[in-house]
Amino acid sequence: MDKMPPWADAVLVPVISLLLAAAISSIVILAIGENPIEALNYMIEGALLSSAGWGQVLYYATNYIFTGLAVAVASHARLFNIGGEGQAQLGGLGIAMLCLFIPFPHWTLAFVFAIVAAGLFGAAWAYIPAVLQAKRDSHIVITTIMFNYIAYALLNYMLVNVLRPEGAMEPASGNFPDNIHLPTFQEMFSYGDTILFRSAPANVSFFLAVIACIGIWVLVWRTRLGYELRAFGQSESAAKYAGINPARITIIAMLISGALAGMMALNTTMGYSERLVLNASEGAGFIGIAVALMGRNHPVGIFFAALLFGFLVQGGTELSFWTSIPTELIVVIQALVILFTGALDNMVRMPLVKLFALGKGDR
Amino acid sequence: MDSHISTPPALELIGISKSFGPVQANKDISIRVMPGTIHGIIGENGAGKSTLMSILFGFYKADKGDIKINGRHTLIPDSQAAIAAGIGMVFQHFKLVHNFTVLENIILGAEGGMMLSQSLSAARKSLKKLADDYELNVDPDAKIEDLSVGHQQRVEILKALYRKADILILDEPTGVLTPAEADHLFRILDNLRREGKSIILITHKLREIMEATDSCSVMRRGEMVETVKTADSSPAELAELMVGRKVLLEVDKVPAQPGAPILEIENLRHVDEQGVERLKGIDLTIRAGEVLGIAGVAGNGQTQLLEVLGGYAHATGTIRVNGTELDLTGKLSDGQSRRANGIAHVPEDRHHEGLILPFTAWENTAFGYHHDDRYQKGILMSNKAIKQDAQEKIERFDVRPPNPNLAARNFSGGNQQKIVVAREIERNPEVLLIGQPTRGVDIGAIEFIHKQIIELRDKGKAVLLVSVELDEIFALSDRIAVMFDGHITGERLATETNAQELGLLMAGETNTQEAAHG
Repeated sequence: MDKMPPWADAVLVPVISLLLAAAISSIVILAIGENPIEALNYMIEGALLSSAGWGQVLYYATNYIFTGLAVAVASHARLFNIGGEGQAQLGGLGIAMLCLFIPFPHWTLAFVFAIVAAGLFGAAWAYIPAVLQAKRDSHIVITTIMFNYIAYALLNYMLVNVLRPEGAMEPASGNFPDNIHLPTFQEMFSYGDTILFRSAPANVSFFLAVIACIGIWVLVWRTRLGYELRAFGQSESAAKYAGINPARITIIAMLISGALAGMMALNTTMGYSERLVLNASEGAGFIGIAVALMGRNHPVGIFFAALLFGFLVQGGTELSFWTSIPTELIVVIQALVILFTGALDNMVRMPLVKLFALGKGDR
Repeated sequence: MDSHISTPPALELIGISKSFGPVQANKDISIRVMPGTIHGIIGENGAGKSTLMSILFGFYKADKGDIKINGRHTLIPDSQAAIAAGIGMVFQHFKLVHNFTVLENIILGAEGGMMLSQSLSAARKSLKKLADDYELNVDPDAKIEDLSVGHQQRVEILKALYRKADILILDEPTGVLTPAEADHLFRILDNLRREGKSIILITHKLREIMEATDSCSVMRRGEMVETVKTADSSPAELAELMVGRKVLLEVDKVPAQPGAPILEIENLRHVDEQGVERLKGIDLTIRAGEVLGIAGVAGNGQTQLLEVLGGYAHATGTIRVNGTELDLTGKLSDGQSRRANGIAHVPEDRHHEGLILPFTAWENTAFGYHHDDRYQKGILMSNKAIKQDAQEKIERFDVRPPNPNLAARNFSGGNQQKIVVAREIERNPEVLLIGQPTRGVDIGAIEFIHKQIIELRDKGKAVLLVSVELDEIFALSDRIAVMFDGHITGERLATETNAQELGLLMAGETNTQEAAHG
């Protein structure tokens, strides 16, 4: 009676959804008089056929892994954290204050402290909505959205009035010290005369994202806390019966979620811009929702979904570079991917379930 | 059967087969139901009763077989077709909109016409007639959420009748009803039968089959074992047909030898979230080696008593376990602390409390005890230890299928309950709280679970049993306390009372001596 083999659920459904999204995207591209095959070529060539392209893809993917995991952890406790944007920006603020005001002898030390700072700031930003949900029953979706706007406003204020170097015209902090510059992929992987990942923004934070994937997997499926988190997410009444404190789990889940979203700023703020700029989260907080949805809240799924979205962003940039396809169309393609992999998931799943049921019946 | 040839059966199923993948849920099933009769379908959970009815109501398509209604071949591709063919279904879990009134629920999906007011007034009229004809009284303007379960069920029946159903299917209708409500239901069914309606009653309770039906089909493992005239059969025969072997309907037990008090409850009071006082000063003592049964109509505070004892509702008063006073409001009043105090709890509602349905069986065997040292390996949980433990419990309690990796929701009701009971009893608790231990559980499993409860009692532990089934209370309890409106209205030794006396206590009558004799 079990519906489908797990591999079909994990691989077949997203792949078919993706192909459908690609098909419709092709029609849209045809409609505006461009060649979809040519377009796909540009995307693949620009994103995947050079190490520099991969360096871009992995940079974006790093952001999405963090925000995707953030959404997933909350989601296991049946909490919908839409506040990734705000939490990521606060993470950036934490990093900026640390890097600007505390001198570090070496980037490694700075990186370790920055992880803590980004996590703490992100978690703190998630803490207030969490407490409001746990103790006052204010819906987490509403409060986290509100906190995104508060975060924008706060960052605006901090960058314009506090962190902006005197005389600078731009709402951005000063540059971080050179000696805490995080190694980029180019610096790490080029050897001899061969330069790999030329001027790509991917940096050492990517490895932290991979470690976070493993850590979250262990946390959710191998620890008592993860057990309680999942139990609470599946049934609050059963959780109470078992002596799991709903308020405690709500708050802990949101703290972890906020910390993960905050750590995204390691990649953008410390790894790439090396100063704090306005809107450093680049919308990744929202894309994280799609990534978690597509990755079925599982770290492995999130990893690959993040790669896909990284590819779409990078491929899309290439596309607007070489063709007359407007950048807006990239958003359309991304939206179609989200639509098919997330919202219309059942449209693909149901026929597949039936197909598999038929296959079994014949045996 | 030959005598019926002149009138065709109201409903005839011929050779119905249905399989889900490798599982054959229905195998070549044939049933005939004559007009103006109540036909029982009895079988253990998972015997295929619900699948059969889902086919009849158009939820599933049969792989093979025919359906004839009033002698005519009828195709039922969906539930609309079933309704059009005069089939009405009352599900075990009602399909009502809780914030709608009775009337609004009844016309839902059968509005007819643009404006609601028209169909509402038409419905009001026919509702009045149905109520008068069949004792189906419900206030048409009451909201569903304000109605008792018994009344909600009447709304479901009214819904079917309003849609002109001639064949009414009821799936485990008494599972949620009090004895009095169940009696009322059977009176309604009797009225319907006299009007010439055909009724299919799906149940696993032998008593209901014996009391209410004219004929009865027994299902086992997807097959129709036998169809009998109820009057020519006996509970023992039906039970044997259902399970496929002889079943002990009585619990085999020696008289209790109560020792020192283990659980002492004094002046326990609890006010719920709506501000209603649900427990109004409960005093109870359970001694070692004793089963105390709490009888009472559902909703008189039994649930709250279990919640307070189980550690998820606050209260005032005193609870002592082996002389140690329990925290009733503070940090140590949660389920974890209760378990540490030696209280194990099989909750009334295994779907919403006792189990996490999407979790596997092995994950569920640690539920509530997931802080136990034996399940830990450093900072991680030892899945290996839990799985091993689960495997042992599954074997000892004969859980089927014996697969710890299956999600809890894929087990039948009886096997789910075995998983919960195994988890709670196997820790050898000082006090076992057990609510509705056999609700929705098949006969074979009931026998087994009852035996486990008595075994625990004989080990010198205290058992607090809450059940709305008087038969079960009598079968297991050494002493019986009756709850009414948050009070204990009386305590009797099981050997020195009877259903009549308990019935009076359950209605709030405390002076039973005179009432019983008068």
